[in-house]
Amino acid sequence: MSSELYEQIRNNPTFHELVTRRGRFAWTLTIISLVLFYGFVMAVAFAPASLGQPIAEGSMMTVGVAAEMFMFVFFWLMTAFYVHTANSQYDDLTNQIVRSALKGKKS
Amino acid sequence: MSRLFSALFFWLISSSAFATPTIEATDMQATNWHAIIMFVIFVALTMGITYWAANRTKSAADFYTAGGGITGLQNGLAIAGDYMSAATLLGLSAMVYAQGFDGYVYMLAFFAGWPMILFLMSERLRNLGRYTFSDITAYRLDQSKVRTMAALSSLTVVCFYLIAQMVGAGQLIKLLFGLDYNIAIFVVGILMVVYVTFGGMVATTWVQIIKAGMLLLGGTICMLLAFKEFGFSYQTLLERATAVHKLGPKMMYPGSLLADPVTAISLGLGLMFGTAGLPHILMRFFTVSNAAEARRSVLYASGFVGYFFNVIFIMGLCAILIVGQTPAFFEGGTIGGKLIGGGNMVAMHLAKAVGGNMLLGFLAAVAFATILAVVSGLTLAGASAISHDIYARVIMKGTASETDEIRVSKMATLGLGLVAIILGIAFEKMNIAFMVGLAFGVAAAGNFPVLILSMYWKGLTTRGALAGGYGGLISAVLFVVFSKSVWVDVLGNKAALFPYTQPALFAMPVAFILAYVLSKTDGSAAAKAEIAAYEDQYVRAQTGVGSDAPAAH
Repeated sequence: MSSELYEQIRNNPTFHELVTRRGRFAWTLTIISLVLFYGFVMAVAFAPASLGQPIAEGSMMTVGVAAEMFMFVFFWLMTAFYVHTANSQYDDLTNQIVRSALKGKKS
Repeated sequence: MSRLFSALFFWLISSSAFATPTIEATDMQATNWHAIIMFVIFVALTMGITYWAANRTKSAADFYTAGGGITGLQNGLAIAGDYMSAATLLGLSAMVYAQGFDGYVYMLAFFAGWPMILFLMSERLRNLGRYTFSDITAYRLDQSKVRTMAALSSLTVVCFYLIAQMVGAGQLIKLLFGLDYNIAIFVVGILMVVYVTFGGMVATTWVQIIKAGMLLLGGTICMLLAFKEFGFSYQTLLERATAVHKLGPKMMYPGSLLADPVTAISLGLGLMFGTAGLPHILMRFFTVSNAAEARRSVLYASGFVGYFFNVIFIMGLCAILIVGQTPAFFEGGTIGGKLIGGGNMVAMHLAKAVGGNMLLGFLAAVAFATILAVVSGLTLAGASAISHDIYARVIMKGTASETDEIRVSKMATLGLGLVAIILGIAFEKMNIAFMVGLAFGVAAAGNFPVLILSMYWKGLTTRGALAGGYGGLISAVLFVVFSKSVWVDVLGNKAALFPYTQPALFAMPVAFILAYVLSKTDGSAAAKAEIAAYEDQYVRAQTGVGSDAPAAH
């Protein structure tokens, strides 16, 4: 693949739109997952007693187990959201960029 | 040739079954015919697939990545299969049984890496890589040096992970077939070599898919039957479990495995970023046709993995009562003594208690199949590092023919089979989930930092990548060697030189800082060219323009 083709794509404004939008989306979701997970790890490390508390009086469900169950579900929903968005919107943009670059090369 | 090997295998299995009564020792159980029959069916099926795959494995692309023709769902199941090893089923259920909440923390840490892999890595991996993840780290850097580093690091991770799998296999077969531990290790080693050398990635993927399906089914049935005894009530289960568990209500608090903050944080880092540095998992991103399928793979894989971890959690909790209160599962019949077959056999005893010999047989066959499938995937990743990176790119400088490259990878597979057998015997007494934790620690410090920097940081140069890669790898290995688990327990020294068991918190910064400082201070002309080459790499990483078009299958 020639450097000219890459140069051409780099100069395409749609390419910038793609990388900015997808990058912002991916990093936002990454930061949410890191904050939740390491927040939990910090609780395990520095406040272990709080995780063993029941969520309600007389319940055997503890704060730690409830938080983990929530994260299992929430993280998976985030992956579903990302895959849905990336495979439709962002891949459409990518295809546009690639098509116009290949057309430009021929002419 | 493959017929010869399957004949050899059946001879091994049948002779081992017949040999049972003579070599049976105290902690071995009577031969379980249900398990043997189901396992033989599984092996026959997978041998058939290997035979079929062997005819379809012609080119190097077929051997390493199944020609790129795997779909997102298939690959997602295969990734889940690679990830849900015997250590997961046996080790984590045992951990929940013994430590309660700590086991569930391990599981979340194993799971939490997946979203990040999807958001930050899956697309770029697929768009930049071809056969191994070194293709990406070496993309714009010095091929020979960077590939050598990445291959060594991959092989280290593969070896650590193999130990965990081989130990699990040995214990399981000892329990089931009444076979000597060492012989069991040889059986696994030989079978795995057959799958990989003859069937390459096509066979490895299908073995993995079948196994993942069986594992999900077997685990779910066992969990439902066990949970039913408590009326599917978490409340009832926990009330009764905390009443009899040796830790009492403390079992639902973070406990001894996460005793100090440093261990807890280091473990979290190691498991999360280690997932993103496992060579056999990264390799799976090259078996699909494009970035969209790569993303879909992660969606399916993380769904299956997350579901299964929760199944194991419930299984482990139920086992506290169902296994832990039944004298028949303990040596000498004393409750609270040593479990028959060792601490990792909790899930197997639970299956027997709730589903009789039939379910025990099924789950045991599944667990054995799991080990075979995972060691096959690991060995394929290790063999690729040797043949594609070291032989074809470093030694032959890209001039090796495909036939030679495939031949070398088959010899490498044989070599790794031997290494796996030796390590499996040397580390017989290790807790397997713990060993997996160490493999993840090395992956997190040796592979992940340089890989992520090569994709995201323009300024990375060859000098920085080498320093970061070797620095992370060596420091992680040294931290492990100097820790209690090796320095004291294996080498027999009196006191550990490094007080913590998890290396990631210390080794990852070493890797990142070395890579950063030595790249920044690299003023050579080569470094400038490498930095300039990032622009083109960036476009390819974002759009996939220039990556190989996969062959249809």
